[in-house]
Amino acid sequence: MSAVRALKSDDTTDTRDARSPLSPHLQRLEDEAIFIMREVVAEFRNPVMLYSVGKDSSVMLHIARKAFFPAKPPFPFLHIASGWDFKALLDHRDRMARDYGLDLLVHANDAAAAAGVNPFDTETGEYSRLMLTEVLKSALDQHGFDAAFGGGRRDEEKARAKERIFSHRSAGHVWDPRNQRPELWRLFNTRLSAGDTMRVFPLSNWTELDVWDYIRAENIPIVPIYLAADRQVVERDGALIMVDDERMRFRPDEQVVTRRIRFRTLGCWPLTGAVASEATSVEDIVSEIVASRTSEREGRLVDGALQASMERKKREGYF
Amino acid sequence: MTTSVATRPAGLDPANDTLPVRDRGALRFITCGSVDDGKSTLIGRLLHDSIGLLEDQIAGLKDDSRRFGTTGEELDLALLLDGLEAEREQGITIDVAYRFFSTARRAFVVADTPGHAQYTRNMATGASTAELAVLLVDARKGLLEQTRRHAAIVSLLGIRHVVLAVNKIDLVDFSQERFDAIVADFEVFAAPLNFRSVVAIPLSARFGDNVTTRSRQTPWYEGPSLIRHLEAVDTVDDVDQAAFRMAVQWVNRASIDFRGVAGTVASGRVSVGDSVLITSSGQTTRVKRIVTQDGDLGSAEAGRAITLTFTDEVDVSRGDLIAEPRQRPATARKLSADLVWMGETPGAAGDRYLLKIGSATVPATVTRLVDTLDVATLARRDGPLSFALNTIGRVEIEAASRVAFDPYADNRETGAFILIDRATHLTVAAGLVVDGLDRAREVHRHPVDVTATVRAALKSQFPLTVWLTGLPGSGKSTIANLVERRLAALGRHTTLLDGDNLRQGLNADLGFDAAARAENVRRVGEVAKLMTEAGLITLVALVSPFRADRDRVASLFPIGQFVEVFVDASPETCRARDPKGLYAKADAGRIVNFTGRDQAYEPPQTPALVLRSEELSAEEAAERVVDLILARIEPPLGGLDSAQL
Repeated sequence: MSAVRALKSDDTTDTRDARSPLSPHLQRLEDEAIFIMREVVAEFRNPVMLYSVGKDSSVMLHIARKAFFPAKPPFPFLHIASGWDFKALLDHRDRMARDYGLDLLVHANDAAAAAGVNPFDTETGEYSRLMLTEVLKSALDQHGFDAAFGGGRRDEEKARAKERIFSHRSAGHVWDPRNQRPELWRLFNTRLSAGDTMRVFPLSNWTELDVWDYIRAENIPIVPIYLAADRQVVERDGALIMVDDERMRFRPDEQVVTRRIRFRTLGCWPLTGAVASEATSVEDIVSEIVASRTSEREGRLVDGALQASMERKKREGYF
Repeated sequence: MTTSVATRPAGLDPANDTLPVRDRGALRFITCGSVDDGKSTLIGRLLHDSIGLLEDQIAGLKDDSRRFGTTGEELDLALLLDGLEAEREQGITIDVAYRFFSTARRAFVVADTPGHAQYTRNMATGASTAELAVLLVDARKGLLEQTRRHAAIVSLLGIRHVVLAVNKIDLVDFSQERFDAIVADFEVFAAPLNFRSVVAIPLSARFGDNVTTRSRQTPWYEGPSLIRHLEAVDTVDDVDQAAFRMAVQWVNRASIDFRGVAGTVASGRVSVGDSVLITSSGQTTRVKRIVTQDGDLGSAEAGRAITLTFTDEVDVSRGDLIAEPRQRPATARKLSADLVWMGETPGAAGDRYLLKIGSATVPATVTRLVDTLDVATLARRDGPLSFALNTIGRVEIEAASRVAFDPYADNRETGAFILIDRATHLTVAAGLVVDGLDRAREVHRHPVDVTATVRAALKSQFPLTVWLTGLPGSGKSTIANLVERRLAALGRHTTLLDGDNLRQGLNADLGFDAAARAENVRRVGEVAKLMTEAGLITLVALVSPFRADRDRVASLFPIGQFVEVFVDASPETCRARDPKGLYAKADAGRIVNFTGRDQAYEPPQTPALVLRSEELSAEEAAERVVDLILARIEPPLGGLDSAQL
């Protein structure tokens, strides 16, 4: 008892400040992202935050709450659902929307789904265009959003590395990598002509490890399938595909096995490979990434082996 | 496929390093240099050697090297970077790319900028957020025009730390002689560029010599490998010591009870209870709270994104600048500024744009094109008719309303702006404020036909100001006198402005306190500028004890026309010499605020020359100054051509 009291009298810091501060590196990244979000809210008429519910989105949501505190983030959140989202992801999305009082919009390409487009029969590139890119574009158009935040990072992919933080899109959401606005200091040119829109990437300068470090430091809630557990999977084309619901279609000879796995990225479940992992905490994930021999997109069948596939998708209006 | 996600430190054992990556801030740097100097290969090498590539990245690179590579059987590291289809096909870099890597000691963000035709625009884009520049030179070719150009732009954009990477050293047999010659060339060229640190490293990006480990091929080189230097270099800027500034981004009206001002601290620090100024209205108030979601802060330093509330109901909105009231930013409608022109359409006097500075965006007109900078020679050319793509030059701008700013030389955050085309909405120029022009609001510069360039040509010399600073009694006047005698004997046209002599007339009304000293230095600076414009080599011998005053004078001059010389002697020596009996007078109380007695002296940080007058005779010191001057006053490209006149 006396020891506690002695400690308190020696400790001159206010206990409210006693939380462990972020590292200078993460603090700088957080401050930069807050600046970008505020700039968007101040300069655009009708912004929206793309919310895919993945780890980057979770960081974005967390920072958006900080940027406008004590007000709520003054924009809606848009989830493009393909209909093949992991169930755990949808549960997490709805919980976040409820807990934080988010204005959540969900869009899906019901017409394409009704016409039979699915991840098993439809060619992957075409599936991705119909169920993700086209829905995104029509959702943005339908609501008249002039700026859309995305969680894209420059370390993800070569075409991303070339992209500005404020990425200008001409009518039809077209990105022209050869004609981007120079981005100087922190002076972002947010002017748009009729029909133009802006995609904005507050996490441009983050790496995968930064994202996980930040999730750990800030104790940010994430979709549980990022953490390893015993789950039912099949091995398909060298990837571990989790059987998430009864719609799974098996190939001859495929057997469901139980493996300890987790996901590094979350896409449509039949197209997203899991990794064998023992990482059951965010702490473990950080260690695993530091020791990893492959990059995070390795498991994404959507990216495919096609050279510059991301660049082509982005030109078409993908994030 | 990704090129840069990896953060695993290979080669550097994390167990042996005390500071893990995440406890350090990232270093943001830019690479620049001529086409084919090996920028992309160098960054590829840094990624490859410092972090180790990931398996799927190596597989992708092998595939690319087979299809597009230029290095035979080896992996072509440059292909790690050129990610756009057109870049792969043509083997060139089109646009700025940002790369990330970490070692056990530090995280890095590299802006990889193209060396091709659109160099200036892309360079400026990368340089505007960088803290350090790696300037590549091909060891076989030495300093090219492009190297000089890039060094000048790097300097203009306020980067104070440079690595001179002498690449392809393997192709000159690891020759120390060759390396030393390039370094010596660069020293002469870069002397006026005001870099705080320049570290030259001989390396081979292709084979990895001195990139992450010291090379056995260069036993004569004693410095660090490139990565060791990048890990260790301290680029913490004076911005933390600078006066508090914060542009208002957004007013947070969370409820009827809460009205906060959201923004990012641009410079300095703000604490609860501080008195602050709202520059647009001139109102002052006090900081009541510094609000964040993680709890209120007691204070916040540069870089922090915060929300302030004030003790008074003040009128404040987006576009306002909040500032420390005792060190106010300037506010003006008319500005003098350097522009880097980025528009495909040329800019001319009379053109109207939107000017974005801080969080303010105001209509503005470019009222006058003053000159253009030849970045290869650092010469200024008067009276351009228009600014084409990649032109750098000085202009005068008139904004529709007053804007708050600091000169860019004092504050990169509050002195930078962009110009936006009102019709196309494209960013047409990057701007760096030199100063406000409002005090002489109704006085317009009268155009003259016999320009500074013409006057200089008549005298067959490139005029410049040589500013000798040092304690009273350090020997400035004695040395300056000898220098002028030598130059006169050589038939050069000179003048000498001596501080004591000027106090007999021009500055007879000024005392010795800090404000009077500032005015003294300002006046002498303006006179020196006029003399230099008249074509003269202008020698100034002036104590000028404060760095800020001297820096303000330096900013009056075109790059390369102002040289600082530090005459260094200990206070004891100066006092013992006391050639004019000033120390005795000060001791007797007849001069107060005497430098070296009861007022501090701030030596220059990057003088072109340091003369230790305790070690050198006055004649030897003068000789060095003369050498310095003679090396600079010859027209650098074999004489002034008629196009300049």
